[in-house]
Amino acid sequence: MPVLPASDWPAPPDGIAGEDLVWAETVAGGNYTHNVLARGTELRLTDLTGDACAHVLLYSADRPWERLNTADTVKVLWNAYLGVGHLLLSGQGRVLASVTADTSGRHDALTGTSALARNTARYGDGSPQSASPAGRELFKLAALKNGLGPRDVPPSVSFFQGVRINRDGTTTFTGSAGPGTSVTLRAEQPLTVLIANVPHPLDPRPDYVCGPVEVLAYRARPTGPHDALWNATPEGRRAFLNTAEHLAARGIA
Amino acid sequence: MTTTTTRVGRVVTDATVPARAAWSAVVRAGSLLTVTDLHGNQAADFLVYDAHDTSVRYSAPDTVQAQGGIFLTTGSVLLSGEHTPLMTVVEDTCGRHDTIGGACSKESNTLRYGHHTWSQHACVENFLAEGARHGLDQRDLVSNVNWYMNVPVEPDGTLGIVDGISAPGLKVVLRAETDVLVLLSNCPQINNPCNGFDPTALRATVSEPDGS
Repeated sequence: MPVLPASDWPAPPDGIAGEDLVWAETVAGGNYTHNVLARGTELRLTDLTGDACAHVLLYSADRPWERLNTADTVKVLWNAYLGVGHLLLSGQGRVLASVTADTSGRHDALTGTSALARNTARYGDGSPQSASPAGRELFKLAALKNGLGPRDVPPSVSFFQGVRINRDGTTTFTGSAGPGTSVTLRAEQPLTVLIANVPHPLDPRPDYVCGPVEVLAYRARPTGPHDALWNATPEGRRAFLNTAEHLAARGIA
Repeated sequence: MTTTTTRVGRVVTDATVPARAAWSAVVRAGSLLTVTDLHGNQAADFLVYDAHDTSVRYSAPDTVQAQGGIFLTTGSVLLSGEHTPLMTVVEDTCGRHDTIGGACSKESNTLRYGHHTWSQHACVENFLAEGARHGLDQRDLVSNVNWYMNVPVEPDGTLGIVDGISAPGLKVVLRAETDVLVLLSNCPQINNPCNGFDPTALRATVSEPDGS
């Protein structure tokens, strides 16, 4: 459940003043949330019990056809695994968010979320208000609440339950790093954020197991030209340059 | 190597797709689409939609989930985001196709190769223009299949977009599991080995199997 105002959240992240919190919520397993974040906001997700799986979609806040492109996100940085320094890219050659901190290391950009048909086969039901909602069903509701629809639910990324690719191309589910890990995303432009907290689709457990995820967002600043991340790779630098040019032209930054 | 088999049956459409061009068709349930790499080492970017509800479209993640791996070959089922089958690979003389690299775009090319490549051709241009003929737009583009492209993942997560393992005349045959709309972009990429740095023509054939 959310805490309102967010500044009343009892335990802000280290170094963050309570009054800088703009979003503070705990999302139960099998539930979802969504919000719009200003450029420069940091979003810290925490897996409280070791059984959360935060499936995430990002959209340019007022131009939602510019959205997370998982293929470009893994291809441009030449790496399939999300971690500190990874940039979550839109299909327009720009940075939506950057990963600024990560104590989990168990994430997935390749196998997406769960669908109604699959959850119905595995758990008996996958509808949104059942005991075992599918991630895609929750994403659709979150999208609809932002004026979007099923066409606007592209492949997502997920945090806190890992997948690794073997040399022969097969997948291995590596699961959770345990309770208390967190990952922090920095909004590099105004973002609509959708989060569905449901079991990872490759989670082999026969039961629908999903723990709560803590969602805290607070005012910070976007990555600038003098930050190490800006120049970490030639591809990333060009992505930040594209983003800055676009935002400057629009009068946002 | 021959480019036809007894399985192909009556040809409905047979097109040579020149280097850099787009192509699309509605393939009826049970019919076959054969994509032939005429000259070898060419990448065929591919999207597929339920012809009657294009919000039901190819999902790379669902496809990878269901088959337990990132490479496509004979027996692979292309699933939608609703986890329903759209097409099945019923024959593949190449053996490995990519699910994770997505399409080149003018925008991603600026990131990967520099801003001087903005003026070059790209698959997203093809998908948008060809998709628009069927009422699709930017919102309908998702991670696509790359037939004949070889994108392995190293143990540390590094992606290789490496020399293809395709050769002249190799082909992939897909059976439509429901009425589908398919979009094909004959990849114009000249900056990496996926096309051998030299885009060449593909052949796209839609046929009804014998006995239908």
